[in-house]
Amino acid sequence: MAGLEDLYREIILDHYRNPRNRGELEVPPAVQAVGFNPLCGDEVVIYLEVQDGVIVEVSTGGQGCSISQSSASMMSTAVKGRSVAEVRRLVRAFKHMMSIHGTGIGGTGDDLDDDGDSGNGASDVKLGDLEALRGVVKFPVRIKCATLSWNTLVQALDETFA
Amino acid sequence: MSSGGGDRLGAVTKAQFPLLGRQVHGRPIVYLDSAASSQKPRCVLDAMNSYYETINANVHRGAYEIAAQATEAMEASRAGIARFVNAPSADEIVFTKNVTEAINLVARSWGGANLGPGDAVVITEMEHHANIVPWHIMAAEKGFELRWIGVGADGQLDLANLDQLLDGAKLLGVTAMSNVLGTLNPIRRLADAAHDAGALVLVDAAQYVPHLPTDVQALGADFLGFTGHKMCGPTGIGVLWARAELLEAMPPFLGGGEMILDVRKDGFLPNHIPHKFEAGTPPIAEIVGLGAAVAYLEGLGMDRVREHEVSLTAYALRTLEERYGPDLAVHGPSEPACRGGVLSMSFRDIHPHDLSQVLDDRGVCVRAGHHCAKPLMRHLGVPATARASLYVYNDTSDVDALADALGAAGEFFAR
Ligand SMILES: Cc1ncc(COP(=O)(O)O)c(C=O)c1O
Repeated sequence: MAGLEDLYREIILDHYRNPRNRGELEVPPAVQAVGFNPLCGDEVVIYLEVQDGVIVEVSTGGQGCSISQSSASMMSTAVKGRSVAEVRRLVRAFKHMMSIHGTGIGGTGDDLDDDGDSGNGASDVKLGDLEALRGVVKFPVRIKCATLSWNTLVQALDETFA
Repeated sequence: MSSGGGDRLGAVTKAQFPLLGRQVHGRPIVYLDSAASSQKPRCVLDAMNSYYETINANVHRGAYEIAAQATEAMEASRAGIARFVNAPSADEIVFTKNVTEAINLVARSWGGANLGPGDAVVITEMEHHANIVPWHIMAAEKGFELRWIGVGADGQLDLANLDQLLDGAKLLGVTAMSNVLGTLNPIRRLADAAHDAGALVLVDAAQYVPHLPTDVQALGADFLGFTGHKMCGPTGIGVLWARAELLEAMPPFLGGGEMILDVRKDGFLPNHIPHKFEAGTPPIAEIVGLGAAVAYLEGLGMDRVREHEVSLTAYALRTLEERYGPDLAVHGPSEPACRGGVLSMSFRDIHPHDLSQVLDDRGVCVRAGHHCAKPLMRHLGVPATARASLYVYNDTSDVDALADALGAAGEFFAR
């Protein structure tokens, strides 16, 4: 079994203890989306404000374990100031890393994406600090914790362009 | 209080549960999640195997030898289960998939026929979702009011305005033992008050029947449900007990084979109870398994089971208090004699999900989450707890392993 240190990396605990972009935004102009993990009761709230195709503001709320909350915090810093198109690519790359078929378990980092088309951008998106969450894949029950805020982000994006 | 008696039972029974011999992550398993599902003794597994190997056939149908034996085995289980909870008749034992289905059966069948606008159903804030959501669904459909008994000090129901809440109510639904707090509710007192107000009483005994001697008549219940997998039996089998005249008057729940006497193009004639509520081929092996589980528990003696759990719970509360003091909160009643062996813990600021991850690393199985009791979690003001729960096969070594693992978790997250 993978060691606990693979799961609880220093940077993850730092984001958990000192969450970035925590708070609320006024709705509208922002949109709000709420995600639940019915298994353990984790809850993530995302406020998103998009102007001219760019995410100008993002805030997160909710409560849950260190993985779900740190992932939300890291997500918020990763998407703030970026274009919606870039963020959608980042979401894909992150979810790819979090999938068992992705690069998470002993992968080389450049295998095919879920839909099988290589060189589609998933591998050339820089994940940066988000790489720290790669170890979560070795603990399959925790993958949902790590992806909760990302799925909620997609909800918020869909809401923005609904 | 000595834990000696409790330890002896735990040591004897542990060897009877094959799964408890395995290791996880290179350490002996420490199974502390019996409130979610218990492990199964060898005799239950053998009974189910032997059913399949020797008498497997559909029941209540064939005239041939093994079909008759299968039917006999199923009905013998029903009789044993009736005895186990002191039901006046085996005809009052309805087999369901689990306690969730038992409660849904009452909500749909009895509730569908008896509840409407102007009526009220009273439940408590410490119910499992299984005794909440069916009433939400039926309330939306039938337009009755859902009222709540709150939770007060020391994890007990707040009964200050019980009479007001029961005024005009047609049913009181209450858990006999909380799966989060361990609270043992005063069922007899509640049943008397409900009956005085003209309401029937539905008891969710999922956490009670596995752990305490149960007498449905002494409890004063009208409906009482429990679930096989929490009492040494298999999954896929539960029980609804109800007074015969209630079952007689209730319309069928699911329709199909088994539950009819006659079917014509213009209608059907329902079967007698309990078969009226058992549509389709039942889970025969599981029924046989539950019969074996009940016989096993009877063999141990439910008084001894309860005694064992009280003394082990006392040991656990004392050990955790000595080791961690105010850093560790165990929700629910503080007095072991007033509670079951369910220890819902909040430990420092470590999220229960993270806590259970570190415990798992040491082979200690506890449950993290809301335990299907979100209204209660909101009342407690916590998003989740880490819950350790005790059963016949646990002993002080399991409690010590839990206490050690908590220490390890504390160190891990303090770094
Ligand atoms: C008090 C209580 N009620 C109902 C249930 C539901 O049991 P089941 O899932 O077997 O229907 C449980 C256990 O999960 C419980 O603890």
